[in-house]
Amino acid sequence: MSNWVEACTSDDIDEEDVMRFDHDGRTFAIYRSPEDEFFATDGLCTHEHIHLADGLVMDEIIECPKHNGRFNYKTGQAKGAPVCVNLRTYPVKVESGKVLIQLG
Amino acid sequence: MNTASLAAPTKRDYSLIGRDSRLAVESGLAAAEWYHTDIPRKQMKELMKRSDGPAIRDTIIWLGSMTILAGLGIYFWGSWLCMPFFLAYGVLYGSASDSRWHECGHGTAFKTRWMNDAVYEIACFMIMRNPITWRWSHTRHHTDTVIVGRDPEIAVMRPPDLLRLVLNFFGILDAWHAMTDLVRNASGIVSAGEKTFIPEQEQPKVILVARIWAAIYLATIALSIYMGSILPLMIIGLPRLYGAWHHVMTGLLQHGGLADNVIDHRLNSRTVYMNPVSRFIYWNMNYHVEHHMFPMVPYHALPQLHAMTKHDLPAPNPSILSGYREMIPAFIRQLRNEDYFLKRKLPATAKPYREAFHNETLASAAE
Repeated sequence: MSNWVEACTSDDIDEEDVMRFDHDGRTFAIYRSPEDEFFATDGLCTHEHIHLADGLVMDEIIECPKHNGRFNYKTGQAKGAPVCVNLRTYPVKVESGKVLIQLG
Repeated sequence: MNTASLAAPTKRDYSLIGRDSRLAVESGLAAAEWYHTDIPRKQMKELMKRSDGPAIRDTIIWLGSMTILAGLGIYFWGSWLCMPFFLAYGVLYGSASDSRWHECGHGTAFKTRWMNDAVYEIACFMIMRNPITWRWSHTRHHTDTVIVGRDPEIAVMRPPDLLRLVLNFFGILDAWHAMTDLVRNASGIVSAGEKTFIPEQEQPKVILVARIWAAIYLATIALSIYMGSILPLMIIGLPRLYGAWHHVMTGLLQHGGLADNVIDHRLNSRTVYMNPVSRFIYWNMNYHVEHHMFPMVPYHALPQLHAMTKHDLPAPNPSILSGYREMIPAFIRQLRNEDYFLKRKLPATAKPYREAFHNETLASAAE
């Protein structure tokens, strides 16, 4: 069963940026790409317990603020050391200016 | 401000698989949440922004100067006139490579990834640090900065080995360890300590790089024997010794004499104002508290970061000399009392140290 959760409004995130979204004891990262699309991943780096929302978005890459591990936030793919495990991604849709992510 | 524990000095175990390593995990010091100065997101994004320009300029100056200096050194080889050229070449080879290795390892020097990777590999070779091993060891250094038993890059362990420090100004022990590690890795052996921070899938790369480097050094030695001259080794290998002094001089200041086993970089790292030449060689790593707090900020933006955070950080040392004037006496005190350290005083505008996190370290201090 789909479970769409409102994470923020589309204006809450600048283009090519990321913000943190906490829900039900979990933390997520919501991205807005340079092409004005929205994406969502787990909020913590798979290398260590660091919030990706403090990191740097460059095109389709999110770079972790602690050790500079890089992921493709659209696919979750880890892009090399020190991250070796992919990020989990979540479907996102925008309705009436609201960014919704699908959890479970 | 000087501090030391009133209790009996604690013998430290720096092994990555020893007692203090286990204690750091049990006490929550390992992989802890560190203090950060608050910076608005928009300003942080500006600071983190990548560009190729400054690093391309600096790399052209760096490698271009090395080429010219090596050429002049070779031209004047056999005469005393070659000495100043080799001394300058040595610093660019054996010291500037330290900061290039470091910054490119973070991936922040250049915007373009392959440029970071290329300069990283070149610098690693010069500074004799296996690019795989040291990428992972430095990752751990940032996770567990100066946490005993966790940080593999603690330059001055307690009690300080002063002879080792002096020898390393000429790269002697570092190069010896680098060469023994090279031979061991080239033989296909990754040590138990290395295995604690290098993931299994990365370990074959450690061995491959060691074998390539061993081939380069063997070829250089063979050429020296063929020529009957150490000149080839003056270009490749030996500059790691005769040019090491600057990176050791600046590197010791990073954490030397300050607190260990704390989770606030203001307590265990030192920012030092330096002359422009040293800052070029060191690529602004003199802003070391700032670098540890925000490793995503490229070297060329660190002066700006410093200006934005200095209200919350201890006052920087005004010079290299000032840093040594406080650090050397601290090393000497640590010979008698391993718990002694220099406590950095915060300005009135700063958020205080989180005593709850550093209770044992700070509350027992004799000031």
